[in-house]
Amino acid sequence: MDIVWYVALSAVIFSIGAGGLLARRSPLVMLLCLELMLNASNLALIAFARMWANVDGQIFALVVMVVAACEVVVGLGIIVALYRNRVAIDIDELDSLRDPTEGAISD
Amino acid sequence: MTELLTSAELFGNVAPLLAHAADFAEGARPEHSATYGWLLLFTPLVGAIVIGLTWKKVSDRAAGLIGTAAIFLAFGAALACFAQLMGMDPEERHILAGYTYAQAFGVDFRFDIYIDQLSVFMALVVTGVSAMIHLYSVAYMKSDAGYHRFFSYLNFFVFSMLLLVLAGNLALLVVGWAFVGAASYLLISYWYRRETATAAGIKAFVINVIGDVGIVVAAYLLWTELGTLTIPSMLANAEDAFTVAPSPEYTAAALLLLVGAFAKSAQVPLHTWLPDAMEGPTPVSALIHAATMVTAGVYLICRMHPFIEISETATLTAAFLGTATLLIAATTALVQTDLKRIIAYSTMSQIGYMIAGAAAAAYSASLFHLMTHAFFKALLFMSAGSVIAAMASNQDVRRMGGFRKAMPFTYVVFTIGALTLAGFPFFSGFFSKDEIISYTLHRGGAFTVIAAGMYIGAILTAIYSMRAVFLVFHGEPCDEAKQLEGGELAHGSPVNPATGALEDTDVGFPGPDHQIAEREGEMRTAMSVLAFLAVVAGAVQIPGVTHLIESWLEPVFEDSRYAHDIPSIATQWIGLGVGAAIALTGIAIAYWTYVANRGVSERLATRFGRLHELLSNAWYFDRIYDAMIVRPASAIASFCNNVVERFVVQGIVEGATGAAKSGASRIRSWQSGLARVYALSVIGGTTIIAIYFLVLAK
Repeated sequence: MDIVWYVALSAVIFSIGAGGLLARRSPLVMLLCLELMLNASNLALIAFARMWANVDGQIFALVVMVVAACEVVVGLGIIVALYRNRVAIDIDELDSLRDPTEGAISD
Repeated sequence: MTELLTSAELFGNVAPLLAHAADFAEGARPEHSATYGWLLLFTPLVGAIVIGLTWKKVSDRAAGLIGTAAIFLAFGAALACFAQLMGMDPEERHILAGYTYAQAFGVDFRFDIYIDQLSVFMALVVTGVSAMIHLYSVAYMKSDAGYHRFFSYLNFFVFSMLLLVLAGNLALLVVGWAFVGAASYLLISYWYRRETATAAGIKAFVINVIGDVGIVVAAYLLWTELGTLTIPSMLANAEDAFTVAPSPEYTAAALLLLVGAFAKSAQVPLHTWLPDAMEGPTPVSALIHAATMVTAGVYLICRMHPFIEISETATLTAAFLGTATLLIAATTALVQTDLKRIIAYSTMSQIGYMIAGAAAAAYSASLFHLMTHAFFKALLFMSAGSVIAAMASNQDVRRMGGFRKAMPFTYVVFTIGALTLAGFPFFSGFFSKDEIISYTLHRGGAFTVIAAGMYIGAILTAIYSMRAVFLVFHGEPCDEAKQLEGGELAHGSPVNPATGALEDTDVGFPGPDHQIAEREGEMRTAMSVLAFLAVVAGAVQIPGVTHLIESWLEPVFEDSRYAHDIPSIATQWIGLGVGAAIALTGIAIAYWTYVANRGVSERLATRFGRLHELLSNAWYFDRIYDAMIVRPASAIASFCNNVVERFVVQGIVEGATGAAKSGASRIRSWQSGLARVYALSVIGGTTIIAIYFLVLAK
């Protein structure tokens, strides 16, 4: 099969992830979208590895998976901790790191 | 040919080295070693440092002894230098020693000392008079809280003065020149809680800096013409400069040297700092502002005489301004009421004689007068200090009177000083002043006018100096004099003699006690020595009998155009006769006005009110400078402060900070804390970059 199909699929999945990340307000869904984006890049990496007949891309994909796993652990941990502190989980309300003198955009 | 040239160049480079090596080898031979010169220069510096660093550990008495001992040692070293030169061949009597401490752009900044007849003569006068004044100060400053500081400054001054005198390099001379200005500033403002004293110190410093600038620019001009700053080589090269017509640069250099000399020697129009400098303690007035520092200008003119002589403009300027100074100062001294200011104006007037004399190429006569003046003027200030102490710091001659019985010793030495100043026959001032006048008269032409001015100055000198004697010591005894006759010295809280305000005596002020010569052995010793010298020092230079100074200094001035064009002995004796007649007339006038007919002077003052006002205000120089320079300068300064500083400088600074601030607040609004906005920024940014590379970059 032509490499184009793999790369196109990867791009579609990445765009879905990116769109979801921007559109959804629930941290949990956003985390899932991030995973989608990571896996889209994994697909592209593996496809290119196959194309060049080189294992470097596959190794990269493995590294990305490890990083993604770590990221999921930390992300989920944060989300659970947040959920325990405040029931409603809305990303736009989680802006306590901003400059307090500026007006909040979410209002 | 090329090789020849190269070897010649090589030889040219090597020859000075060989000569230096030879010098070095000769250095082991005692007759050419400069050891005594270095000792002479650095002993006072060591004294200043030791006293300055040990002020907490060492008692007042010990500090005074260290300071005085250092100067006596320096005097001994100066005598040793003198003896060393005496032992040398008369034509070869000069030693140049030192090392190069900086060399840039072909300028030879060398730390050289030049020991020749002139510098040894000056060093002897400076250290000799300084030693006496240190001895006097040991007693006079006894009750002062800043005793260590005083002696440290005083020793530092002597070091600076010796650096100026011994400098073998014009750059080093400038360093010494600036150092004496700094020492003078420190000592005028010695009682630094006294506002008039600090103002006087600043005034002296600023006017002296004008002179420093003059010398520095003159040094630059001479260097561009001669290519060296080593004084003996400059003087040797000056001979070649005589063969060509004097260029404008030479005239400028000569005039700028005169600016330096005039600022330091308090000559019109740079003289107004000297009367104010009397705010310093009396020994300082005696040492710096009478005997030594203010005569540095005369030394400079004598040292650099080929460069002054070459320019007719410069010699005439110096002669006329010197004469103007001597007349202006002498007339001002006639009506002053502050005892120290009378003597200060007299100093200006006497230095006017020396400057005009040096301009008339009467170098050895001027230096002879410099020496006798150092003796009698230091003596006058010391006696004045004794009188002021007896008056509990009051310096107003109108309040004084009748101290003759109460202070017999001070009376005698003050009168000796005043008579010498007046040119009383056969006292030292008589010979030195009249030698200057007869040499000047001999030059003829424009110098005849100068000599006439000098004769007018001579009669004024006799009047004002005897006026001081008669006002202070004759007449009805004042309260303090009566008290002293009863054996009690007047004491009181220290007050500022200029304003009468009570002093803040916490730091460095004279205590309520005062020291007078009648009760202090050190003061009496120092004053007796100087009184003796003031009377007999004329014996070294009596026309037709002795000519010690002239023959000693002859090799220094033999390249002068007028070295052998001197008045005959008979003419000089006629001059002496005229001088004696003038001095005696002046003394008689003073006696008639201030003793025989008391009250005449007051009647004259009312009769010629305008003139009296003019003279009391010292010809309004201070007011003219105030209106012409000080006020415009402070107006410009306040304009700069209120307009330039506030609007221009402040505007630039505030504009820059304002731009940074508003720019930063725009960027800061990006940091909204909204994670999705950050995500959009990242994704959008990446997309834009990707599109750029995919689409546009193709």
